[in-house]
Amino acid sequence: MPYQIIVCGGIAPDPLQTLEPAMGPAGPALKNEMMLPAVFDPWAAHALYEAAHLARQFPGSSIRVVTLAPKAKLQQVMMTVAQKLPFELIPIDGPGGGFTDAVEVSKVLAQAISAIPGIDMSQFLLFGGWESATRGSGCVIPMVAARLGIEDCFLAVDELKIEDGALVIKERVEGGLLQVSRCSAPPAALAWATGSLPEPPNHPQTGMANMRAMMPALQRAKPAGLTGEGFSVPQATLPAQQRQTQVVKDKPAAEISRELLEWIKG
Amino acid sequence: MATSPLAKTYEPLKTLPGDDVRQILWRFSDRFDLAMLVQSTRAVARGPVARLVAAGGRQTHDWTDAKNALLAEFDNSGITAAYMDPEEGGYLEGPKNLALALIAYELAWVDAGAATGSLAGCLALSPIHERGTQEQKDHYMGLAAPAPGKTPWRGAFALTEPIPFVGVETGMLSGRVRIVDWPEGGEPMLEVTKRGRFITNMGFANFVTAAVDTDDPRFQGSCMVILEEGDPGIFDRGTPTKKLVHQLSSTSDPVLQLRVPASRIVGGYSVVDGRIVPTYNHGEIIEAVFRRTRVTVGIMTSAKLLSAIEPLIRYHRDRFRGSGTVPPGSPRYEYGLQMKEDVTHRLLDIWATGEASCSLGFVAARVYDQLDPIEKEKDKVLAEAGIKGSMAALKYFKKRIPEALEFLDLESKAGSLRNKVRYQALKADPVVQYLVIDAQANVFCPACKLWNTGHGSQVMREAVSLMGGYGITEDCPGFLGYKWMDTQLEATYEGPEAVQRRQLSITMTNEVFLAQFRSWITEMRRLASHQPASGACTIASAMDLWLWTLEHLLHSGDADGQKLFHSNRQGVTFPMADALCWLLASRQQILDVQALREQGPLNPAVADGLEGTLTFLNDLCHMQAARSAGEVSRICSTLAYGYLRHPGWDGGCSSCVREDEIFAIESMVPGASGFCSDFVREDGTHDAKAGPCVQAVGLGDFVKLRTKLDGCMAGSMLARDRAAGSIQKVMIPAALDYPQ
Repeated sequence: MPYQIIVCGGIAPDPLQTLEPAMGPAGPALKNEMMLPAVFDPWAAHALYEAAHLARQFPGSSIRVVTLAPKAKLQQVMMTVAQKLPFELIPIDGPGGGFTDAVEVSKVLAQAISAIPGIDMSQFLLFGGWESATRGSGCVIPMVAARLGIEDCFLAVDELKIEDGALVIKERVEGGLLQVSRCSAPPAALAWATGSLPEPPNHPQTGMANMRAMMPALQRAKPAGLTGEGFSVPQATLPAQQRQTQVVKDKPAAEISRELLEWIKG
Repeated sequence: MATSPLAKTYEPLKTLPGDDVRQILWRFSDRFDLAMLVQSTRAVARGPVARLVAAGGRQTHDWTDAKNALLAEFDNSGITAAYMDPEEGGYLEGPKNLALALIAYELAWVDAGAATGSLAGCLALSPIHERGTQEQKDHYMGLAAPAPGKTPWRGAFALTEPIPFVGVETGMLSGRVRIVDWPEGGEPMLEVTKRGRFITNMGFANFVTAAVDTDDPRFQGSCMVILEEGDPGIFDRGTPTKKLVHQLSSTSDPVLQLRVPASRIVGGYSVVDGRIVPTYNHGEIIEAVFRRTRVTVGIMTSAKLLSAIEPLIRYHRDRFRGSGTVPPGSPRYEYGLQMKEDVTHRLLDIWATGEASCSLGFVAARVYDQLDPIEKEKDKVLAEAGIKGSMAALKYFKKRIPEALEFLDLESKAGSLRNKVRYQALKADPVVQYLVIDAQANVFCPACKLWNTGHGSQVMREAVSLMGGYGITEDCPGFLGYKWMDTQLEATYEGPEAVQRRQLSITMTNEVFLAQFRSWITEMRRLASHQPASGACTIASAMDLWLWTLEHLLHSGDADGQKLFHSNRQGVTFPMADALCWLLASRQQILDVQALREQGPLNPAVADGLEGTLTFLNDLCHMQAARSAGEVSRICSTLAYGYLRHPGWDGGCSSCVREDEIFAIESMVPGASGFCSDFVREDGTHDAKAGPCVQAVGLGDFVKLRTKLDGCMAGSMLARDRAAGSIQKVMIPAALDYPQ
């Protein structure tokens, strides 16, 4: 059975940048945020790669990405993401940082999804990041699901398998344990943790095909119209711990965990 | 007196210029295909390439498995196919010069050897792509196009030969082609013998496009031939070259002796009076190839300069952090070495040079993108007119030059003042347009190759020195030491500096180019009237001085009456070529920043912080313009005065004033003697000084232009101070985005 997969994902400043909260007239923001290079939110990216994996297994499946972000920044981000896999972009122009109201964001996303013609709830899977690299409220996907009337919602998902048409979902739960659930059929909402798939390589031909449709979509992107009413962030600070970034791209996971353990033990 | 609006307060640069800014500066903000190519190439450069360099992949001359693995990365990311048209297996429509320049930029940001390796495949295919028969194009482009599950064929371009011919000139070849078999009514079989030197990609190439000459009376002239590794005979890849640079590209000295059918002659052949006559000689083919690929080499050095900025700022700023004696919050902690003016000023020189050289390199690439389709149209026109051969074409072009000049004259006029019908007719004429753009391309290409790599290598040394001892270690962030060494190769391969200077000294005197150069002076003056502190006025004045000097040198002789501007007088022609490069780079830098000034506000991602970005980049333009003007001024003065014979006292002192005349003048007009130069006493002696003053007859206008230029330097050091302030404040990423 093919699936109609909708991935909700925003953008985040490149984690290698210096990220410094600063209070502006409209509340907190990151210093020079619009000028910093951005990436597709890593949590949502995991969801997107899982969506691609699933779509490859079930021919006829479609992937749409619904994104609330400043469209000029989103366009730059798509130059990379669009090369990874074929998908349709549904952009909504609005703030992309971590200082928006998750309730309002979920409302805008749900409205955009509801407006997509031809959605068949019996094939519909809502994907997104469990957290995000901006603020990580951890509640957007459940709220979008609720607004769309999807009752089966799974958080911190690490694995999805299809067995006889049923969704077998592995979620992270407390204490480092995993919980396996079986959902008989779509619709379902899955807020992904990291999954287990690597980042797909770039494929320029895919990118070209995607961007031909994405550029007009970006031009037409409607403003989200977030008001921020009833929502305020009185203060935003970085964690007190001094940041010591190491750029290591090819270290085995076991080695990383050993180093982290040593560091925690002091 | 009018003052610059920047004289009071200014907005500093907030972050390093990002992709949005670069896309506007280098004019591809409307090309998502190129923006994607940049991202894709960057992922390879800062991923697998950087990891290989960090892991010591450059420590061996051999073509290792790890190096070979990069080829698959190039294939998968679209780098290999970027050169090809969609029908050949590529994905980019239209000309590819800017695309290849961007690939070179991104790869050389980390390692130029990787850039060379990726582009050498294009170089091997270029003779086929530019001059091959349709069958050759279909066959070899198809073989070389990457596709899922397919390992593409890879090529090498073999022109350079061992001593004595290496480095002499590309017209001299010892490689030979002979006819070994010519069956009645059948295709001739050739034996091709070629020994190559410094041939890139030779360690893994499946085919070689080789330049050879002939000593066979049944074969006319030189040609290029395609040789395959499976052809009968010797296909010896040779020993790896023990080069110290570009270690991620494969280079060796092959020995080739192979039998191939005559259909492998690039561009085909005809049989005339029982002789094989290749459609193109090797010179015609390599001219079409090198004039494009040299631009990408120039860009490689430019990328290195800009890539050095972030690691240098981080190193200087963090220099004293971690020391118990330097508490957080103290100026020494916050600014580190950036407290010293010398550090920020020298860094600015690197940055300004990087910006100027990128501007020059990318405009050269764009000019070739413009030229490519026009060149094809021009070829059609020539074919229809039955004009064959380069000499006949040159004669034809000579006749059409007045029309090109007329077009440029009409274009320089305001729309209401020009003959619109005539203007449109000339604008639609492919030959006229070819002459105009070709004149630019013929200057931009050698200028970019010469200045970006030659001057760039000197500035790269500054970058290394600004890291202190760290700079010449393997641990240096950004691989600056490697990059410095690599620049020396970039200044040499695909035509060393002398070759570029020689080409420039010819093309820069083309009247179609000079007509455009004059209009560029007006353009700079017009820009300066809106942006007084942009360096545009400085460059306009420097361009005036250069042009005056060129005219002077073209029409004057030295003290012995010998012609000054002559192909054998490289002491004159080469420095003038150098001076022109400085001007072109600075001019283009100013124009690029002007484009950002105009288009930046339209992009919300750029508009935020645009004021600071513009102020900073504008200050770099101003600084660079002053530096360029200084170079031009020095060179022009040296040449204008240097060939005058220095006067001595032995000429009868005809130009000296007598002492009694001085007294007489002084008694009538006190102080007027100050305007007299040398004087001679009654006993025939002079004041003790170095010698008599020079009487620069005919250089009055030069003196005025130079004096004016000196005044145009106003504000350039203030711009430097302002930019230095920005360097202290600019936000940089927390860490470099590739390993070290």
